[in-house]
Amino acid sequence: MTIQFNDETFRDDYSFRNSEWAIKRFPFPFHEDSYMYSVNMEQHRGGPEGSVYEKRFDVDEHYVAEMRDRAMVLADDPLRCQSLPHMTLAGWDLLELIMVSKSEDYPDLFELYRDGNNWRWVNKPLGIDDSFVFLDETTLPYGPMEYITRQAQGDFCVLDQRDDNLWMDAGTVTTQADWSLDFDIGMNFFEWHAPVPLAHEKGIFVRALKFLLNIQQGAPARRLNWTMTVNPLLDTSPENYHKWGIQKTTITPENIGAKQHLRVELQTFFRLPRSNALVFPIRCYLCNFQDLMTVPKWGRRLHRVIRDLPEELATYKGFIDNRPMMLDYLSKFDDGQPTSDGIWPDLDSEPPLKA
Amino acid sequence: MSGAEKIAVTVTDIVPLNELVTRFEFKRTDGGLLPTFSGGAHTVVEMRDGDLTRMNPYSLMSDPMDQTAYTISVRRDDEGRGGSLFMHRNVSVGDEMTISYPVNLFSLDLRAKKHLFVAGGIGITPFLAQIKQLERFNGNWELHYACRSEALGSYVDDLTSHHPNETHVYYDDQDQAIDLVNLLDGQPLGTHIYVCGPKGMIDWVRATAAKEGWPREAIHYEEFLAPQPGKPFEVKLAVSNKVIQVGEQESLLEAIEREGVDAPYLCRGGACGQCETRVIDYTGNFIHRDHWLEDDEHASGEKIMPCVSRFEGKTLVLDR
Repeated sequence: MTIQFNDETFRDDYSFRNSEWAIKRFPFPFHEDSYMYSVNMEQHRGGPEGSVYEKRFDVDEHYVAEMRDRAMVLADDPLRCQSLPHMTLAGWDLLELIMVSKSEDYPDLFELYRDGNNWRWVNKPLGIDDSFVFLDETTLPYGPMEYITRQAQGDFCVLDQRDDNLWMDAGTVTTQADWSLDFDIGMNFFEWHAPVPLAHEKGIFVRALKFLLNIQQGAPARRLNWTMTVNPLLDTSPENYHKWGIQKTTITPENIGAKQHLRVELQTFFRLPRSNALVFPIRCYLCNFQDLMTVPKWGRRLHRVIRDLPEELATYKGFIDNRPMMLDYLSKFDDGQPTSDGIWPDLDSEPPLKA
Repeated sequence: MSGAEKIAVTVTDIVPLNELVTRFEFKRTDGGLLPTFSGGAHTVVEMRDGDLTRMNPYSLMSDPMDQTAYTISVRRDDEGRGGSLFMHRNVSVGDEMTISYPVNLFSLDLRAKKHLFVAGGIGITPFLAQIKQLERFNGNWELHYACRSEALGSYVDDLTSHHPNETHVYYDDQDQAIDLVNLLDGQPLGTHIYVCGPKGMIDWVRATAAKEGWPREAIHYEEFLAPQPGKPFEVKLAVSNKVIQVGEQESLLEAIEREGVDAPYLCRGGACGQCETRVIDYTGNFIHRDHWLEDDEHASGEKIMPCVSRFEGKTLVLDR
């Protein structure tokens, strides 16, 4: 299908909208009526047709607007994109991975022509047609990682692997859930996860690191993570907390359905062949409560998950103060009926909300 | 299915280099391109030897940028269980084989200001790919390569003709030896040392570098062990509820696989840690041979690496 790209904003007037297509394919992150941390990894090898899992790098109706927002963030704060000197080869790896994947998965949108190291890249949605020499940085307007991540939705952490650990040594991070690349740059896996509550005690990170160190070429993996965001903001960074943190106080019973968004990250992991680094794309999907409630199963389940979430997690995810108001809203969509297993909407089999 | 992804390849060239070492070239059977890789990576080659499937890891020595073919060099081990003998005697040009995607357990540290390579014998192979990778990016490297004799000096001529200033060769039969303490003493700050060769050489380089005050993170090594034959023993696999026999010539991992139990693995040489298995109960003695577990873990009787380690005794129950 040809995607109709939305003309929309993630700031100021917040004209971001999900079409009915985007709501149906939203990666709802709860496979049961409760939530606790787990490593919850699976192979990233496609998925149901039309789902966000189908392609290696999902492109949707928000692509052009998200790339415009990224350019604005980078213009205001160039430190959102950093690459330590030894990570340039990994940047080329990432450029190759994304160009090859997108041109194969979306041939109507992206084209890649390769003659040895002389490459031509065509990105139709963004109107780009560039010829360059692979592995020669002087032939691109930016470094390879920055060049390609200005054309790919989601944040990208490029992790060096050494000493049985992963190191946050490069990345482009403009759509993050309140963490800072500039703060974390050069840290190892345990250092950058230090602020997360409960998971360390459960040994989650030791197991997760072991899994990630063993991700091999040709066998990428994925998982979902989630949080809450008031207004469809992509850039919820610590650097800009003074701008967006205050917006959490603007929620009212009248506007919560439109303003309160479930923020889901599709996290994928690919071994990069030439550098042996690991790339960790974090793709952000936003959906407001009123759109989520159009799927009866999700309405029932979201209420139960938010109601039963441990206080530490609601605090860490930044919505402890708004939780009572959220529950007032969500409880109207929970009629107590059982829900089916798994994350899918199951619109044909799940009963409508009882009046 | 355990292990890395597989690739169907055809043997396209076989070149005997000397009395012990032969080089094999593989291309994709479907005519497509092979994945690129990073210098230091290995592939696991599957050999169909009658009813046996042998799987041995070999370092990739070709240019990591060359996607048309992979090459490996195999040293014949007359005392081993037969994998290298199979490669030397039973593999011909045109044969179809299965190899794994590249896996790198011996990666370059790209932060290094200089890469100092120490190779012994067939341990030269990962460095050949790393040198090609570094040459492309004007990397700073130096090689010290010890061989038994000129006749057994695989790739010495290539290296000394292309890289005369970086390559230093030492022949055992001419009583030449690497003056390691002096060599380490003269290195610029930010140098990383990499060693690949026999166990004695690896231990010597690691111990000497540590004694000279080199940081642990700057010392890299790789040694694949071949599983050794041993007395047969019986194992109970608790999860799959099977009692299996491990034969004299097969490894514990191979016996588990033979019984149709899927067990994780990557290197099959005691280095990567993937096949680590919990011991539920035992009466007897472990013969631990891996580089993965720490000494106290070996002593604990709680873990075993079935790719290279064995057991002698009455009862062994594994969580598999």
